[in-house]
Formats: sequence, structure tokens, C-alpha cells
Amino acid sequence: MISAYLIHLLILVGIYAILAVALQLAMGFTGLLNLGHIAFYCVGAYISALLALAGWPFWFCFLSAGIGAMLFGFLLAIPTNKLKGDYLALATLGFSFVIYAVALNWTGLTRGPLGLPGIPKPSLFGFVFSGNLSFLFLTLAVALISYLIIKKITSSQFGKVLEAIRDNELAVRVLGKNTFKMKSYALGISAFFAGIAGSLYAHYITFIDPSSFTLLQLIPVIAIVIIGGLASLKGTVIAAVVLVLLPEPLRFIGFPSSIVGPARQMIYALLLLLILVYKPKGFYGKIELE
Amino acid sequence: MLKIVNLKAGYNGMEILRGVDLEIKPGEIAALIGPNGAGKSTLLKSVFNLAEIYSGKIIFKDKDIVKLPTHSLIYEGISYVPQGRQVFSDLTVLENLEMGAFSLNNDELIKRNIADVFNKFPSLKEKQDDYAFTLSGGQQQMLAIGRALIQDPELLLLDEPSLGLAPKTRKEIFEKIIEIKNEGISILMVEQNAKQAVAIADKTYVMENGKIVFVGGKEILNDQRIKNIYLGE
Repeated sequence: MISAYLIHLLILVGIYAILAVALQLAMGFTGLLNLGHIAFYCVGAYISALLALAGWPFWFCFLSAGIGAMLFGFLLAIPTNKLKGDYLALATLGFSFVIYAVALNWTGLTRGPLGLPGIPKPSLFGFVFSGNLSFLFLTLAVALISYLIIKKITSSQFGKVLEAIRDNELAVRVLGKNTFKMKSYALGISAFFAGIAGSLYAHYITFIDPSSFTLLQLIPVIAIVIIGGLASLKGTVIAAVVLVLLPEPLRFIGFPSSIVGPARQMIYALLLLLILVYKPKGFYGKIELE
Repeated sequence: MLKIVNLKAGYNGMEILRGVDLEIKPGEIAALIGPNGAGKSTLLKSVFNLAEIYSGKIIFKDKDIVKLPTHSLIYEGISYVPQGRQVFSDLTVLENLEMGAFSLNNDELIKRNIADVFNKFPSLKEKQDDYAFTLSGGQQQMLAIGRALIQDPELLLLDEPSLGLAPKTRKEIFEKIIEIKNEGISILMVEQNAKQAVAIADKTYVMENGKIVFVGGKEILNDQRIKNIYLGE
């Protein structure tokens, strides 16, 4: 029983780690304070769920989730190209509300608040990941590959350009790089990984509805990114483990689950505040949030 | 080298430059001086397509560059050092210089050009592995200028290179600017330290209210009108 619970938590750690590492690319490395990240997760989850329910194989749903989310990333990049800092945060926040409203109201496609039940468990090469343990391995494999790809990107020449854009976009343009293109790529890649995290979530829970993709769901991801430290992938992974597991003991000291949920949000909010005041670079971060 | 003809430009529909004519010949330093708000920085920004251009021509080596996007101008041979030491503060000095080498595909050439910058600014070499934010103001300005030289520009635009620097550092920067000119690079420089700027310039443009009101050589420092309207003497 305990081990099944632990496996469940570790799957969540994996999904949150993918989401947070993806956000780190946009927010930590490129300096795009993207509060629309959860919308990419939402798009990925719905694309994967709808395709799977229509009978497409898992690998196809999974990749479509990533690519679909990436297209939305490019799309979001167009109107937000010239925005920075708070303004970008507000615009991307608006984007996340738009996607949420579409998921909620386009009932012909998404069934709105009724959600999509019966999403099949993934299967690859004839093997069905029906048990949680096998799903955990799948999640961890995807998380590891995502981590390695983003690590590779951030340590490449392209990654250095992204960091330079974060420091001083004007100077990068003047020195001969099309920063709009670079930022779009960063947002697109970030959205891709958020999309595949959404796919994993949909196939794990086997049910999705719009309530899983609200701003409240973004708070833990932002907390992981900031507490782990901006522009630190190692810090992000450690923070994902710690922050997902941290509120769990609340369940064992006898709080009812109606309190555990809000208490979780409070813990994240409090931690975020404390970190911003006393350790603005997070635990492993290179830079401060501006 | 650079010829600006009847340029009108500004921001959000508001005209700041109201018909500017200016010409820089190869190997020349031109200084652009004038009171605050005259439009000096806007002129440099216009060349780099960072302001709105309403009419007029900007011709660089017989080619109209008005429509070219900001990021393509360095490939034409123009380098721009914006106002206020725009270095990448969270990157090291060496990484900052490498960022200046986007257009160069040849590693040997990049190495050689970075070595040239270190020769010109020895204090940067000592600090090459330090983060740029740890540098002094003067060193940051030298880094910004050095970075702009990596891609072998033919024309260098400098926006207030001596801004906020101590007199001694300021003198050093001006000496470096002469050195750069002696390597055959033409320079257009916006400056507040008018006397020093005029002293090293081959030609000085005085700007007021979006127009060039005076063009001359070093003798303009003695011109009574310039003294009155601008130098405040």
C-alpha cells in the first residue's frame, strides 16, 4: 500500500520535473517570465487524450502532444515578441486563461467540465504500461531524456545566446542575432516538453478536465523553478523532488483531504516568499528574479 | 562611407529628427554633440532601425539600409555600442566577446580578433574569466567597445562612450577611440563631453531640436554661437 503510494508520488515528481525543467529553459535561461506554461501542459494533455480516445497509438499521441504544444508556443511568441518582464507575465497569463476557457467551453471537442474519461493507458511495442510501476519507469525515462536534451541545449552555443538575450536583448540584436527567432525557439521547445508532460499526465490519471490546468496548478511549477534556482537544471530537479514530497506528511497527521489541498498551496506560497526574501537566487540559481 | 539624407524619424509617430543630413568619410571620426533631447541618440538608433523612420535615406557604401532589420546591420559592416554599457552581466568577459562573433564562422579568425581586443584592452585580458558585472564602469565600456570590434566593422557607432566615467578613465576611452580610428575604422560618436569629443574628431556636427545646426572642425570650440547655445560659456 505504502509502496503504491510512493510510486504515485514519484510519477508526479517525474511529471513536475519535466514541466519545471521545460519552464526553466524559457524563464531561467531566456528570461521569459511565462505564466502561460500551464496552457502548454493543457494543450498537450487534451491533444494526447483526444487522439488516444480516437484510437491512435500512444507514441503518436505523445509526440503530437509535444508538437501541438510547440506550435502554440510559436503562436504565443508572435504577439509577445516585444514584451518583457511584468508585461510578458501578464500577456502569457492571459493566454493561459484563454486556453482554459476554450477547454471549458468548447464542449463539442473537450466535453467541457465533464472532462474526458477513459483515456487508455499507454502501450509501446505491444507492452501496455498498465501498472503504476511500469508507468513510473516510463515517466522517469521521459524525464531523464527531457533533462538531457534541455541540458544539451542550454550548454550549446544556442543556449549561450539565450542567456545573453536574458541579460540584454538589445545588445544581442545589435550584435547580429534575430532575437525574435531565438526567443520563439526557446518558447517552442519549452512548450514541447510541457506538452509531453501533459500527455503523460493524461494517460496516467486516465481522466482530464479543465480544472487540472488552472493557474493554481502552475504555482508549484513556478515554485520549483524559483526555489531550485533560475538557470539551474540540477536545482530544478532537486526542488521538484522536495516540493512534491514536502506537503505529503500533512496527510499522515490526520488532516482531511479538503485541508491538505489548500495547505499545499499555502506551503508553496510561503516557501516562495521566504526564498524570495532570504535567498533570491534559490538554492542553485545563477541569477535573481527581476 | 555613411550618408544620411533628410532623415525624419522618431517614436510612436512623434517626430524627433526633423530632417537630418550627415556624412562620414572613410577613416574619419565624426562627433555629434548637442543639448539633451536634441535627437543625437535617436539618430544612431535610426541607423540601426531601432526608431521609426518616416522619410529620408540612410546610405552605407552606396546601399540604402533604411529597411534592414537591426540584427542584419552588423553583417553590412556597421557596429553599434548603445548607451550605458550594454554588456551581458551574467556572462564572463570572454563569453561576452564570443557573443560578438556571431557572423564569423572561422574559429581561427574569432580567436585572432579576440586576441586583438585583449591587446587593445589589456585589463580585459586579466579578467577574461570574470563575470562582466564585476567589472568597473570603464572596463564595462571597454568590453562593450571591444565586443563591437570582433566582427571587423568598417563603421563604429558609439553612443556616449564616456557616460558616467571618471576623468582619467574618460581620457583612456578617448585614446582608445583614436587608436581604433588609426586602424582604419570610421567612427560616429555621440558625446556629452563636447570639448574632448571635438578635440579628437575630424568633423563635429552640432544638433539642436532634431536638426543639424552647425558643422565644423576643431575651430568650432571658439565659435561664439556654439559657446552660447551649447557649451554655456
